[in-house]
Amino acid sequence: MADINSIQEEIISEFEILGDDKESTIYYIMELGDQLQEFPEEEKKEDNIIKGCQSKVWLTTTLEDGKICFQADSNTDITKGLISLLIRVLSERKASEIINADLYFIDKIGMGNIIGSQRSNGLSAMIKQMKLYAIAYQAKTNA
Amino acid sequence: MSDLEPLNSINSGIIAEDKIRALFPILHQEVNGKPLVYFDNAATTQKPIQVIDALKKYYEVDNSNIHRGAHTLASRATDYFEQTRNLVKQFINAPSTEQVIFTKGTTDSINLVASTFGRKFIAEGDEIIISTLEHHSNIVPWQMLCEEKGAILKIIPIHDNGELDLEAYKNLLSNKTKLVAVVHASNALGTINPVKEMIEQAHEFGAKFLLDGAQSTAHLDVDVQDLDCDFLAFSAHKVYGPTGVGILYGKWELLESMPPYQGGGEMIKEVTFAKTTYNDIPYKFEAGTPNIADVIAFGEAIRFVNQLGKAAIRKHENQLLEHARERCATIKGFIPIGTARDKVSVLSFGINNIHPFDVGMMLDASGIAVRTGHHCTQPLMERFKIEGTVRASFAVYNTIEEVDRLVESLTKISKRKN
Repeated sequence: MADINSIQEEIISEFEILGDDKESTIYYIMELGDQLQEFPEEEKKEDNIIKGCQSKVWLTTTLEDGKICFQADSNTDITKGLISLLIRVLSERKASEIINADLYFIDKIGMGNIIGSQRSNGLSAMIKQMKLYAIAYQAKTNA
Repeated sequence: MSDLEPLNSINSGIIAEDKIRALFPILHQEVNGKPLVYFDNAATTQKPIQVIDALKKYYEVDNSNIHRGAHTLASRATDYFEQTRNLVKQFINAPSTEQVIFTKGTTDSINLVASTFGRKFIAEGDEIIISTLEHHSNIVPWQMLCEEKGAILKIIPIHDNGELDLEAYKNLLSNKTKLVAVVHASNALGTINPVKEMIEQAHEFGAKFLLDGAQSTAHLDVDVQDLDCDFLAFSAHKVYGPTGVGILYGKWELLESMPPYQGGGEMIKEVTFAKTTYNDIPYKFEAGTPNIADVIAFGEAIRFVNQLGKAAIRKHENQLLEHARERCATIKGFIPIGTARDKVSVLSFGINNIHPFDVGMMLDASGIAVRTGHHCTQPLMERFKIEGTVRASFAVYNTIEEVDRLVESLTKISKRKN
């Protein structure tokens, strides 16, 4: 599996192709969300909701071979697309990789301009939650 | 003013779109690479150049604090400020300028009534009636008052088309009813309520009636004497005026009998450490330096509306609404929310399987500004069992071509999931 930065570079070049056309970019983000693995209905519960997002975002994790796998869903397609980008970069990684990841692709593709400041705060909340999961796993492993 | 005359021959009732659009500098820009279509007019209307110029001129030429200054600038600023009060008086046909109070906005006007009329006249066990259509600003002040006083809040239900259940309203009215506070036109659905009849019915029980005119004053003739409402609240910024200016109209005897809202300068006659005597209305309710520049500029917005005439504005907006309704009905998955017979120019809807936020983002990406969400009417959304709607609201400067662009974009958006 490619490392975090290679995947970020992949994403950056995909968005470069879209250029400045906001409409194509938004549709592309939603298409990415459409491809996200189906999320079990029973996991759409209060405990799994990420706080700080305008839309509802549910996030769960599983541990496979010492790596953290993320599953997520949202009630809005754009948010689902956003979290699918984060999953693409951060899922199936060791806790330390997630904690130390510098997610520069978000600024590089101009996500703030695409989604606006309120949704950018939501995106930060998602990243924070994913990193918190990783920190918790690491603490548990080290204990 | 003479420049404005060709905009509309009031007699013909036809709006000259191009001439009107030329007065709104903000409309002539691209958003996300597409010409801007501004359909968020129920949130705030854009401002014609006369309003913008008046703001600039005030700060460049006339800026001074009003009412007490002994110099020429103060006197000029006071005259212009009071001219707007007179224009508002005529705009709503108030009996006198003293009954026109400047506030920060509709919310502030309603809170003023809740804090003063409410403080004095609402007691334990009294009832206040509002409706399911209300904006949070016409719900929460009454909830707070009821909680403080031990009064009871009663809610008029609505029918599925978004019209008030008037039979239920009649049944809610009783000798316990002290106040009815109802919206003239719903911000979320556009429903125009038959308020004249409702006011008469409230008065039969001796109840006072506060009319929330935030969404009606830009579209309908609002004549406070004909309606016989006891209070009217509305905002300048929804009537082509600046933000930060609201109006509260009240019946003379009520305003006289109500205690002041806030204490400070302007609202006093005489202050000693032993006792303060309050100023006369309207100044009793206007503590502190008011929003002078924006009030003065609001005068230009009223002149603009008067030049066009509400009948012509309404006719134009109705054409846009009808066109939008007809064309949107052909879009697969289009779900209209609120289909009252009598509406202001608000088209509220959902698209099957697509969240309103997503619809809003996709429209924005194609240069179209709408509002999405609960529109500060969460109880109303709950009534329809929805999280929110997409709302396109039309103003006098909007065009049929812009509505067509909305329909084209929505058709494309809908195809994603329908």
